[in-house]
Amino acid sequence: MTFAPLKTVTSKTLVLPAANIDTDQIIPARFLTVTSRDGLGKHAFNDWRYHEDGRETDHILNSDAAKACEILVGGHNFGCGSSREHAPWSLTDYGIRVVISSEIADIFLSNSMKNGLLPIIIEKNAHQWLLDHPGEEITVDLKTCEVRLPKNGGTFGFNIDAFSRHCLMEGVDEMGYLTAQNDAIATYEKKQKARREL
Amino acid sequence: MPQTLFDKVWARHVVVAETAAHPATLYIDLHLIHEVTSPQAFTVLRERGLSVRRPDLTLATIDHSTPTLINKDGSRPFVTEQAGKQVETLLANTEEYGIETHGWESENRGIVHVMGPELGATQPGMTIVCGDSHTSTHGAFGAIAFGIGTTQVGHVLATQCILMRKPKTMAIHVNGTLVDGVTPKDVILHIIAKIGVGGGTGYALEYCGNIFEQMSMDGRMTVCNMSIEAGARCGMIAPDQTTFDYLKDRKFTPEDYDAACVDWASLATDKGAAYDKEVYIKAEDIMTMVTYGTHPGMAMPIAANIPIAADEAEEKALIYMGMTGGAKIAGVKVDRVFIGSCTNSRMEDLRAAADIFRGRTVAAGLTTIVVPGSELVKREAEAEGLHDVFTAAGAQWREPGCSMCIAMNGDKAAPGELVVSTSNRNFAGRQGPGARTVLASPQTAAASAIAGVIMDAGSLV
Ligand code: SF4
Repeated sequence: MTFAPLKTVTSKTLVLPAANIDTDQIIPARFLTVTSRDGLGKHAFNDWRYHEDGRETDHILNSDAAKACEILVGGHNFGCGSSREHAPWSLTDYGIRVVISSEIADIFLSNSMKNGLLPIIIEKNAHQWLLDHPGEEITVDLKTCEVRLPKNGGTFGFNIDAFSRHCLMEGVDEMGYLTAQNDAIATYEKKQKARREL
Repeated sequence: MPQTLFDKVWARHVVVAETAAHPATLYIDLHLIHEVTSPQAFTVLRERGLSVRRPDLTLATIDHSTPTLINKDGSRPFVTEQAGKQVETLLANTEEYGIETHGWESENRGIVHVMGPELGATQPGMTIVCGDSHTSTHGAFGAIAFGIGTTQVGHVLATQCILMRKPKTMAIHVNGTLVDGVTPKDVILHIIAKIGVGGGTGYALEYCGNIFEQMSMDGRMTVCNMSIEAGARCGMIAPDQTTFDYLKDRKFTPEDYDAACVDWASLATDKGAAYDKEVYIKAEDIMTMVTYGTHPGMAMPIAANIPIAADEAEEKALIYMGMTGGAKIAGVKVDRVFIGSCTNSRMEDLRAAADIFRGRTVAAGLTTIVVPGSELVKREAEAEGLHDVFTAAGAQWREPGCSMCIAMNGDKAAPGELVVSTSNRNFAGRQGPGARTVLASPQTAAASAIAGVIMDAGSLV
């Protein structure tokens, strides 16, 4: 999958403060029967956004302000649950480019990076500030690995895997990197075969 | 240097070592695929003109979107046209690329994590991936097994490798004697409640101690299956004679079996090997468990009172579940019971449930479905007459598949209904919009079906 390079994002924040927002909340399983990855944004947080008869609820996610946000701040342990990549697909299609939380589940984190969605884990105090100030305009700078708060409210850094950062900033995906290792893979396979036949 | 089980298996699979600048390139021995998380990966292959590097190390099944009923004319009642199309897409993709597929006509079709071990495709010392987070199940055999996203499914199809940094290791020691009636499901629910739903994030778990050594393979799979519910991508148990006995004479079992067993036995963690973290649990402290909230960490002994909400999120979870902090959970009315899923749909689970159903009747107004994990489990259960026990008690006996674990195939609960379920996730809406899920062992689920309320099998008269 190719995506637009991501260097800095400045946007108001969309805050969903609940802890342990799992991938069944991000996109319920009944929308996983698709065979393409496009157009899932309308089902992002489907059961929060729609009544059973399809009418929209008054959830903040349905507001124009939320739809304009590119930065999502989620409660602790965001993205736990299944390995469905439909979760980041639905978020990026909804318009989100950055997810911030004090803890982000492993598979969701890994899936996000591969789809141009930047997951940022920040320390508790900074996270709390963001939870307490929904809708503030902040800047996420991947070049310096910093989140800048408004009105000179300060900055705080975040850690990100060097390789994933490179891929996100250049908009390259990992497939090219892996296929370039073809020789090493072939050598490994030969050795493994020899070991089995000992 | 002494090494852990995880370290040994990891080291065998490193193609290119990890550095500060890039993750390790890790070779994958077995890639399991199913209809839900693979179609977009095949699309990427086509877009890029790539082929499947090792179709011989790839194994496919259909399980998630598949109906568990068959129409009178033999056709399958798919919940939507799209679900049917998804299954067809998998079958077409695997045919095109020459991947062994256990489709409708296979005697071995089943939930991907039930089928792999049954075929002997799952073996100690392997790296196993699947686009499904409960791939951790296969760790019961001493394999490094974890769920991946669809992009990585594409990577593995094309290169048989994934990019990954080595996780930290955590040993979970459970020693002592289990209280009568406590099952593997109770053990893992206790562990998750103890370390928390995020407690395993960043770690590979190893379950150590006499409790796991004495457990059957079915039980070990139940435990490893739910490692992901503690946030850990994989959980493992050292291979031993129980493992070797299970794998003997299966379809993919190595030819020189004795030599393989000697090699596998060498994988166990060395004396003195260091883990990044260790947790100690006394077996005597583990009780029959059920969940009361909306994630698997909200689990409690069935005999206890429902915990008072500690924060807003727990309060919300209790409201969703219709539970009252401080009240007893035993005795809460149940609308549906689901016995199945890759956590608890093997023979040991079905036998345990049948022992409870035998000679009893499901409570009036309550729907119970029993869904075997695979065609093989279905045949074995029927050979033992278990299906007759279930249907005589008033439960439904269905075709194998994921069914109400994920409710993608139309098997689901109505809004507000309370389901006692042997599956692995009690997230809000997992079993249908507005449905409320209580996770439990097959014994507890069967007892609750009979009683019509949440009930410990030990309290049944
Ligand atoms: S039974 Fe449930 S957890 Fe297991 S593979 Fe199917 S959907 Fe996933």
